[in-house]
Amino acid sequence: MEHLELFFKSIFIDNMVFATFLGMCSYLAVSKKVSTAVGLGAAVIFVLAVTVPLNWLLDQYILKPDALVWLDGNSATPKLSAYYGYDLSFLSFILFIATIATMVQLVEIIVEKFSPSLYNSLGIFLPLIAVNCAILGGSLFMQSREIQSIGLALNYGISSGIGWFLAIVAIAAIREKIRYSNVPAPLRGLGITFIITGLMAIGFMSFGGMLTTDGKKEESNTETTEAKIEVLKQEQSESTQIVEVSKITKQ
Amino acid sequence: MGLLSKKDAKLIMDPLLDDNPITIQVLGICSALAITAELKASIVMAVSVMFVLGMGNVVISLMRNVIPSKIRIIVQLVVVAALVIIVDLVLKAFAYELSKTLSVFVGLIITNCIIMGRFEAFALANGPWRSFLDGIGNSLGYGLILIIVGFFRELLGSGTLLGFKVLGDPIEKTGVYAFGYENNGFMLLSPMALIIVGLIIWVQRSRNTALIEDE
Repeated sequence: MEHLELFFKSIFIDNMVFATFLGMCSYLAVSKKVSTAVGLGAAVIFVLAVTVPLNWLLDQYILKPDALVWLDGNSATPKLSAYYGYDLSFLSFILFIATIATMVQLVEIIVEKFSPSLYNSLGIFLPLIAVNCAILGGSLFMQSREIQSIGLALNYGISSGIGWFLAIVAIAAIREKIRYSNVPAPLRGLGITFIITGLMAIGFMSFGGMLTTDGKKEESNTETTEAKIEVLKQEQSESTQIVEVSKITKQ
Repeated sequence: MGLLSKKDAKLIMDPLLDDNPITIQVLGICSALAITAELKASIVMAVSVMFVLGMGNVVISLMRNVIPSKIRIIVQLVVVAALVIIVDLVLKAFAYELSKTLSVFVGLIITNCIIMGRFEAFALANGPWRSFLDGIGNSLGYGLILIIVGFFRELLGSGTLLGFKVLGDPIEKTGVYAFGYENNGFMLLSPMALIIVGLIIWVQRSRNTALIEDE
C-alpha cells in the first residue's frame, strides 16, 4: 500500500516538473519535438531508477549520522562503536553528484554498445542528464523525505522519472500544436512555454486531493461506530442488571 | 571613468538585460522558481549563486591550463560541490529558518546550468579577473529576475515585503485592506512564478525586438 501511495504521489502530486520545477532547462530545450522528448524522458527514468537506490545505500551506510557503526560490527549496539557520533551528511552533495556522474557515464557506454541509433538520437543530452537538476533533486528529496527502504527508494526513483517523462511529453505535444497558433511575437517560443507550463502546473495541483486520508477516515468511522456499539451494549447490560435488581428488591 | 575598463563593464552590464541568463540564455531556471515565494529567500539565493559563480569562475580560470580535457566536467562538478557545501553550512549556521525554507534548493545550485554554462563558456578561456566579473555579472542578471519574481509574489501574495507589512494589516483591516482588497493567495503557489517569468520575457522582448524568436 505504501508503495502504491508513493508511486502515485510522486507522479501526480509531487511531480518533479510541476511541483518543484526540477529539470526545467532540458525540459525547455528538448521539448520542441515529441520524439526527442520521449527519448530524453526515457533516459531520465532510467538514470533516476539507477541513481536513487544507489544514493539511498550511500546515505544509509555512510552519510547519515551514526551510519558508520557497521564498520566495527556494532550495528546492534551503536553506542559502543568507535564510529558513534560521526555525521558525514555534509559530504552528501559531493558523493551524490559523483555517483550520478559515474552512472550516467556507464549508461552512455551501455547505450552506445547496445543501441547506437538511440545513442545518436540522444546526442549531447545523455551527458547533459548528469547535470540535470531532476537527477540530483531526486536523490536530495529522497534524503530529505527520509525514505525508509531500498524498495521505496527504487519506487521513488522510477515514479519521479515517470512524472518528469509525463511532463516533458505533454509540453512537447502542446508546443507542436501551438506552432500554428497566433501567439504574440514577443511571447513566441520561450515565453508562451513558460506560461503554458505554469497553467499545466496549476492543473496538476488538482491532483492534490487524490490521496487525502480517505481510507483512514473510513477506518475512524468504523472505529467510532464500534465504540458506540460497545457503549450501547454496556448500557444495555447495565439496564438489565438494574431491572433484575429492581425485580429482586420488589420481591 | 571607473575602475573597470569598457570591456569589463560590459561583462557586468550585458547579463543584466540583453544577455540575461534566465530569460535569454534559458539557464538556471530550476532553482530559481520554487523558492521565490518570499523576497528574502530570493535575495539569499541570489547572493549564494553570486558567491558560488564568482569564486568558482576564479578557481576554474586559475586551473584552466592544467585541467585535462577529458575530466573537465568532473573537476567543475567537484569545485562547484565544494563551494555549495560551504554555502549550505554557512546558511545552516547563520540563518537556520531560511535554510529550512531553501532546503534542497541550495544543493541544487550544483546543477544550476548557469554555473556549468559559464565555466564552459568563459572561465576555461579567460583570465581570473575577467572570469570573476563575468561570474558577478551573470549572477546579478539571475538575481534580478529572482528578485522581481519574489517581489511580486510576496507583495501580491501576502501583502508583505521582507516580512514588513507594507499594504496594511489584513486582520485589523488597515491600509489598503480597508477598501476591501484581499491578498491574492494564488501568487504564493509555485506555478505563478512560471507565469510571472513568462510575462517578464514578454516585456523584455517587446522592448528589444531583436530577441524575438523566428517562426
